[in-house]
Amino acid sequence: MAEEDVKLLGVLGSPFVCRVQIALKLKGVEYQFVPQDLQNKSEELLKYNPIHKKVPVLVHNEKPINESLIIVEYIDEAWKGKSILPADPYQRALARFWAKFIDDKVFIAAWKSVFTVDKNEREKNVEEVHEAFQILEDELKGKFFGGEEFGFVDIAAVNIAFWVPLIQEVAGLQLLTNEKFPKLYKWSQEFMNQPTIKECLPPRDPIFGFFKSRYENLLASAN
Amino acid sequence: MDSSDNEQVRLLGKWASPFSNRVDLALKLKGVPYKYSEEDLANKSVDLLNYNPVHKKVPVLVHNGNSIAESLVILQYIDEAWNNHPFLPQEPYQRALARFWCKTLDDKILPAIWNACWSNEKGREKAVEEALEALKILQDELKDKKFFGGETIGLVDIAANFIGYWVSILQEIAGLELLTIEKFPKLYKWSQEYINHPVIKEGLPPRDELFAFFKASAKK
Repeated sequence: MAEEDVKLLGVLGSPFVCRVQIALKLKGVEYQFVPQDLQNKSEELLKYNPIHKKVPVLVHNEKPINESLIIVEYIDEAWKGKSILPADPYQRALARFWAKFIDDKVFIAAWKSVFTVDKNEREKNVEEVHEAFQILEDELKGKFFGGEEFGFVDIAAVNIAFWVPLIQEVAGLQLLTNEKFPKLYKWSQEFMNQPTIKECLPPRDPIFGFFKSRYENLLASAN
Repeated sequence: MDSSDNEQVRLLGKWASPFSNRVDLALKLKGVPYKYSEEDLANKSVDLLNYNPVHKKVPVLVHNGNSIAESLVILQYIDEAWNNHPFLPQEPYQRALARFWCKTLDDKILPAIWNACWSNEKGREKAVEEALEALKILQDELKDKKFFGGETIGLVDIAANFIGYWVSILQEIAGLELLTIEKFPKLYKWSQEYINHPVIKEGLPPRDELFAFFKASAKK
C-alpha cells in the first residue's frame, strides 16, 4: 500500500468531527489531527472546504472530503476492515435515512432548546426533540441501531449519547432521560461504553464548561 | 419465485415536485418498470402514511414491499439495487465528491435559487446575489464536462434536475435572469444537453403544465 497521508481538520468537542474519528478508529487508520480555530479560519481550511468553510474535513493524500456522514461513507469504502454500513442495499438505505433524520431533526432542535433566549421558541424545540427521540425510541429494536453491533446510524447519533446529556444538564432540561426514553437511554450508555467509542469521545469537563459559559453568556446578554 | 410480484416497484410522488421527479428519472435511466401514484398532500393517502410514517412526504419508493423515503437516499438505493447504468463512479473519492455535490445542491444551491424566485422586493437583491453565487459554485464544479457524471448522466445530474429544468420556468415567472447563457455559459449548455437527453426528456413533466402550476402558486 502506498504512503497514506491522512489528515483530519477539526475541533475538539464537535460531534461531527467525533463521527469521523470513530470511523477512522474503527478502520485502524492512522491520521494527523489538525485543530482549527473557527473564529479565525486557517488558509488550509479555506483551501480544503471553500464552499462551506466548516469542519470536519478529511484530507487523504491531499484530496479533501467534506460533510461528516459523507466522510464516514468514504472511510468505509476507502479502507478495508470492519464494515460501517451494511451490505444489503435496503439496509443501507435505511441507515442513510436514519442518519439524515438525526441530522435534520435532532441537532438543531437540541441546540435551540438550550441556546435560545425566547421561552416559547425554547419550548417548541424541546417538543421537537422529544418527538424525534420518540421516533428513534420506536425504531431501536436491538442493542444498537446497527443491530448486535454498532454501525452507521449509531455513529451518526453520537451527539445524542454524549452531547445531549451535557447541554440538557447545562440548561436544567430533560431531553434524554431513562424515564422518558428507556431504550434510547440504555443505547446511549451501551454505546458510550464501547471501547472504540470511549477512546474517541472528548473529555467531559472542558466541553461541559464550554457549554455552561456559553449558556450563561446568553442569559446575561438577554437581560 | 414469482418475479412480477417480487419485483414490484411503486413510486408515490407529486408530478410538479423536482424531488419526486428525480426518482422518476432514476428509474427510467435504469429501465425499471414501475407503478406511479400521484399523491395529494392535503389529503394524505393510507399508503403514504403507511410507507412514510416518519415524514409523510413524497417521494417514497416501494420495492418488494420495502419502502424508502428521502429522494437522495432513494437515488442511491436505486443505483445499488440495479447494477446497469451506474450513477456513481467506482472510485471512493469520486463517489464522495458526487455525494457532496448532491448534498450541497439540497442544502445550499436549491434553497438559494428558490428563495430568489419567491423573494419579495425587500429581500430580492440579496437573494438574487446568493442565487448567482450558488450557480457559480455549481458551474465551477462542472468545468468542461458534458455532464456532472462525465460522459453520461450521473447522480449529481439527476439531483440537479431542478437546475436543469425548473429554474428556467421559475425565473421566467419571477422576472429574473439567473441561469442564462450570458451569465453561466457552461452550466446553461449543460442544462440544454440535460433536457434533450432522450431518457430525461421523456421523464420531465411537460413545460406548459409546470409553468401554469407555478404561475398559479405565484398569484396566491
